[in-house]
This record gives sequence, structure tokens and C-alpha cells, in this order.
Amino acid sequence: MINVVWFLFIAIGVFVGVFTGNIEAVTEAAINSAKTAVDISLGLIGVMALWLGIMKIAEVSGLIKTIARALRFIMVPLFPDVPEDHPAMGAMIMNMAANVLGLGNAATPLGLKAMQGLQELNPHRDTASNAMCTFLAINTSSVTLIPATVIAIRAAADSANATDIIGPTIIATIASTAAAIIAVKLLQKLPMFQIKPENLKRASN
Amino acid sequence: MFITIVDGISKYAIPFIILIIPAFGFFKKVKVYEAFTDGAKEGFYTAVRIIPYLVAMLVSIGIFRASGAMDLLVNLVSPITNLIGMPGDVLPMAIMRPLSGGGAQGIMSELITTHGPDSLIGRMASVMNGSTETTFYVLAVYFGSVAIKKTRHALPAGLIADAVGLVTAVVVVRLMFGA
Repeated sequence: MINVVWFLFIAIGVFVGVFTGNIEAVTEAAINSAKTAVDISLGLIGVMALWLGIMKIAEVSGLIKTIARALRFIMVPLFPDVPEDHPAMGAMIMNMAANVLGLGNAATPLGLKAMQGLQELNPHRDTASNAMCTFLAINTSSVTLIPATVIAIRAAADSANATDIIGPTIIATIASTAAAIIAVKLLQKLPMFQIKPENLKRASN
Repeated sequence: MFITIVDGISKYAIPFIILIIPAFGFFKKVKVYEAFTDGAKEGFYTAVRIIPYLVAMLVSIGIFRASGAMDLLVNLVSPITNLIGMPGDVLPMAIMRPLSGGGAQGIMSELITTHGPDSLIGRMASVMNGSTETTFYVLAVYFGSVAIKKTRHALPAGLIADAVGLVTAVVVVRLMFGA
């Protein structure tokens, strides 16, 4: 699916660019986007090192395990393939907690730490496991309870009540997260999303 | 009152975590400095590993946006979104949200400036921005960091979640603030 979507963005973009006379903008966008991607990635190095360092302390000291155990009643049903005291569980909890608090800077490194943990359990190196897809779907649905940036922009625009969107935002977030969990659990049963036997074989070699 | 609590959380959360985790480690007799640097050295490789995936994703989305294909998509989808009461002005915001966080925030700011933060459209855009994440970006970064190429059902599940979040935003804002 990702191959089709990725190709369609490019193909439609280039064709439409030709017909609308925006083709120069397309060229510029391609080159600038590539540069932006590298800037974003390299910009992550510092904050990534900070949070991976903090997480290492949390892991070695046993704190992650304690947190994971305390929340296993949520985590085990969501991620049945992950052992309940695996470090990935703790990292996923920390990532979601950072998201809930709106700490975007910390959430990404913690999320990537969790992905590393899930990859250790994954028998197919280049194929996403069920646990990874579930974790990703929850993350893409956003679990932010307090949209701090939105509130700031509204306040700057002289809103009479900049925070009155918190209630509806929480409702919409809960709806999207519930949809993410239901969708990911149903889709993983479909034949088209099963891991193909040739991948299994390659992984065991 | 509520704002004070929100402000307090965002001001103190990070220093608190940065203190409490090493403190816990220290009392557990962990060599905290060594553990920190041991973990931190992964930061560089993780960031670098993401680059090819993020370049692929941002370039294809960048081409799509710059070409003007977005306007075509808006025209294509608007008959459907009109049915659920989504104003035409908000639709570009809804389409942009899973593709580009910066792009969506730009459209939201513009809608808030043009229509006012307390208008129906301004509120809908605000709620939409908070209710879902930039699915394509998260997918590229998270899977890229562990070199996952076959993403299976993650993308469709993420897009379904986006659609549900965006529609809920429209409905809830209409119910709460609609005339």
C-alpha cells in the first residue's frame, strides 16, 4: 500500500504540475523537501541523544519495568505479542505519556526507542510486526489531551476563549484513537496484510 | 485556573523527568553518567537512519502539494464532505492534516485569521489540528528508524483513524458551537 500511495503522490503531482503550469514549483518542492528531510533528521540528533540517555538510566535502574508492570492491564491486551516486562512496553508507555502531556520533543525519541525494542522481538527484519502497526496507529491518531500550540495560536488571534476547544479536541482524539485500535486489530486479520511465507524464510536464514 | 495547570505541566514536566529518572537510578546504585552516555550514543545513528525514509516521504508529498493537485482533490472530495456538514473552507485543512504538520498548521492559522478564532470554521480547524497526527511523517520516522520497509496495515489503519478524528471534529464542533 505504501508503494502505491508514494508513487501516486509523485505521479499525480508531476502530471498535474505539467497541466497547471506549476512544474517549476514541483522541481523546487522536490529539492527543498529533500533538504528539509535531512534538516529534520539531523536536528533530531541532540534531543534524541538526550532522551535515549535518560531512557537508558530508566531501563538499567528497573524503572521502566516497574512502570510497564503497573500499566500491564492496558498494555497486554493492546500488545499481546510483547512480553509484559519487555523494555519496549515501558518505552511505549513513556512515549504515550509524553504525547498526552503534549511534550512533542520527548515523544519522538521515546517512540523510536520503543520501535527499537519491538524490532528486537520482530522475526522479520524489514516487515512491520502486529505490535509495531498497533503502536504506530495509536501514535498517528494522536493522544494529545492539551493542544498547546493550537491554544497559543488562538490566543494570539484574540480569541475570547482560546481554550474552549480542549473539550471537543479530547473527544475527537479519543474517537480517532479508538478507531485506530479497532482498525488495526481488524486489518491485521485480513489475508492481504499477512506476512508472506518468503519473508518468513528469509528471516530464518 | 485550567490554563495555569496546563502552563504548569508544560513548564515543569521536562525538568521533572530529567531529574526524577537519574535520581531513581542513583538510589538504585546505577552508574548514571555511564548509563546516560551509553544510551545517548544511539542518538546519532537513529537520526541518520531516518534520513532516506523521510526524504522519500517529504519529497513525494512536497511534489503533490506544489503541483496544485491538492485543489483537484478538494474539488473531488467536497461533495462527500458537504454531506457531513464540513464547510468547504475547512476541507483543505482536513486533507493536509495527515500529510504535513507544518502545512496543516499554516492553513489553520490562515483560517483563524480570516474567519476569526471563535467562528465555526476557526474552531473546526483548531480541533482538527489537535485531534490527529501527521500520519505520513510518523510512519516514515518510526518505521525508518528500524529500517522497516513493508508497513503492512499501519497506513490504512492510520488513515482510518485520521478520517474518524476529522469527522468527529466537524460533528462535535457543530453540536457544541453551531447555531
